[in-house]
Amino acid sequence: MDLINSHPVLDFSHGRKVSFSFDGRDMEGFEGEPIAVALHANGVRVYRNTPEMKRPRGFFCAIGKCSSCFMVVDGVPNVRTCVTPLVRGMKVETQNGRGTVSLLEGEVS
Amino acid sequence: MREFKPDVLVVGGGPAGLSAAAEAAGAGADVLIAEGDLHLGGQLVKQSHKFFGSKDEFAGTRGFEIARILREEIAQYGDRVSTMLNTTVSGYYPDEKLVTAMIGEEEYVHISPQRIVLASGAQERLIPFPNNDLPGVYGAGAVQTLMNVYGVVPGKRVLMVGAGNIGLIVSYQLLQAGVEVAAILEAMPRIGGYWVHAAKVRRLGVPILLRHSIVRALGDSVVTGAMICELDEKFSPTGEAWKVDCDTICLAVGLTPSNELLWQAGCKMKYVPFLCGHVPFRDKNMRTSNADIWMAGDVCGIEEASAAMIEGRIAGMSAAASLGFKVSSDNFEQYQTRLGNLRAGEVGEKIRLGVSDVMVDGWEASA
Amino acid sequence: MNAPRSFESGVLTDERPGAVKPPEDLWKKHKGGLVIVECPQRIPCNPCNTSCPSGSIVPFSDINDVPQVDYAKCTGCALCVAKCPGLACFVADLTFGDRTALMKLPYEMLPVPAKGDQVACLGRTGETVCEGSVENVTEPLRDRTRVIHVSVPADKVNDIRAIRVV
Repeated sequence: MDLINSHPVLDFSHGRKVSFSFDGRDMEGFEGEPIAVALHANGVRVYRNTPEMKRPRGFFCAIGKCSSCFMVVDGVPNVRTCVTPLVRGMKVETQNGRGTVSLLEGEVS
Repeated sequence: MREFKPDVLVVGGGPAGLSAAAEAAGAGADVLIAEGDLHLGGQLVKQSHKFFGSKDEFAGTRGFEIARILREEIAQYGDRVSTMLNTTVSGYYPDEKLVTAMIGEEEYVHISPQRIVLASGAQERLIPFPNNDLPGVYGAGAVQTLMNVYGVVPGKRVLMVGAGNIGLIVSYQLLQAGVEVAAILEAMPRIGGYWVHAAKVRRLGVPILLRHSIVRALGDSVVTGAMICELDEKFSPTGEAWKVDCDTICLAVGLTPSNELLWQAGCKMKYVPFLCGHVPFRDKNMRTSNADIWMAGDVCGIEEASAAMIEGRIAGMSAAASLGFKVSSDNFEQYQTRLGNLRAGEVGEKIRLGVSDVMVDGWEASA
Repeated sequence: MNAPRSFESGVLTDERPGAVKPPEDLWKKHKGGLVIVECPQRIPCNPCNTSCPSGSIVPFSDINDVPQVDYAKCTGCALCVAKCPGLACFVADLTFGDRTALMKLPYEMLPVPAKGDQVACLGRTGETVCEGSVENVTEPLRDRTRVIHVSVPADKVNDIRAIRVV
């Protein structure tokens, strides 16, 4: 992971190291830290492709306000990965377009 | 659906919100803090530099240390202050005085507070240029989050756009993290931030290019460079654009208040350029035209964290007092004096002018 | 990439209020050194004054005042060097050697140099002015702002404002 190993002023304390997957690739990150941060540390820059222009988007505001880092997490699209904590075994995928929600039969009246 | 009924709901757990919570809880009120991030402290947790101001505003203390001090202060009130993290306050319904919020991406909750202190802070501005949506173009706050909160290297070589305090400070922090800063661009003929912050990065060899701006970001799927150019007196590009090699473009081109809830609540607002956006009218207690809502910090005008903390104290104290909790009028006067002192100089002039534009003597009882 | 060496971009180019240098006569004979302050903008900030144990940074009537120094009281202790949020205080001791002076400079980068190291001494735009020899490294406030004591050619004290470990 692309981490700052030594810093003149700050000490970093990370949580437990856990594995997750990104588009089928196994990766490691720290539990409880934002998904987007874990991806960035693994060298991932493109988090989704926009619906109309198919333009790549990645990390941008880091405070859950801009929608640039929307991804599909455990099958759920439009997850704000910059403020959603990483959980062991999470399945993170690049989001293409608006994403789709699979509704179970009987959920919609 | 879970429901919460605190005396005071504080929206935003940054310097203003934590100060408001401490003051209201200190007076005896039950306080709920709703914070969007995964931890309390707001932008303070990203600040590794020492703060300005006076001892009362923790001058000479690093920002993340100030966050720790404020967290410890509210911790001493035990159960009287509760905190919901990763929580986005999404709506305010004036008729029912009902606040809706989302915890994480799934759970909706209702909050019915007696009083609200809005300390929702600010969001970063963007400037238009081709490819400004490419991965690698980051807000300055995001770069700080990556490197100062989570210890992740944001990039190898950064082009900073904007020489206000944030652009200057983040450039210095990038150097501390071992990241190269190619240059700092500033469209104005002078830096916007404190001169000493600029001197710190200049003496470490970072160029500050005044009257320069970014023309476009380069790259197909990620940033591989930027074209930049000089600007003339009318801020139009002049001469030939040239390429800067960088893998990250950091935008530090200003903030604007995150005022959505104030609009929803029907607070009387005004566009005040000196305060960087639409801001609510307020009395000296930081009360808005909605008698149940106070505000503090960047949401009522972009300023320094030192001022936000004092505004938070005033708002929290006043909100608690309105519920009948006993507060010290001596403290209230002292906070007003400190706020006045911080804004007294030349760099406070715009704030003084901006605030005077939206300050009212007091609200009508019926308001 | 050439940057204009201009005051408006954070480079001190001329004399102004808040940019304070010791008087030459006193400076040449004062053991322990005297403070140089480069804080030429009125901003709300006063830790240089409140951290000064000898009262040599003159009390502010307004927190926005630029610093003024009473050099009769300065001991060159460098507490202000460690405390100043703007890293705008420096100490130079001209009595250190025959043609060498001892500078006490604030440092918040890595790596932290050790006594005896040769470091590059940088000017106000990051240019290398000369080499210096680290005489001591202190951390007066235990807050990770180091004060690097570095011996330098005495005629360079008005040009050196930072170090780089090379």
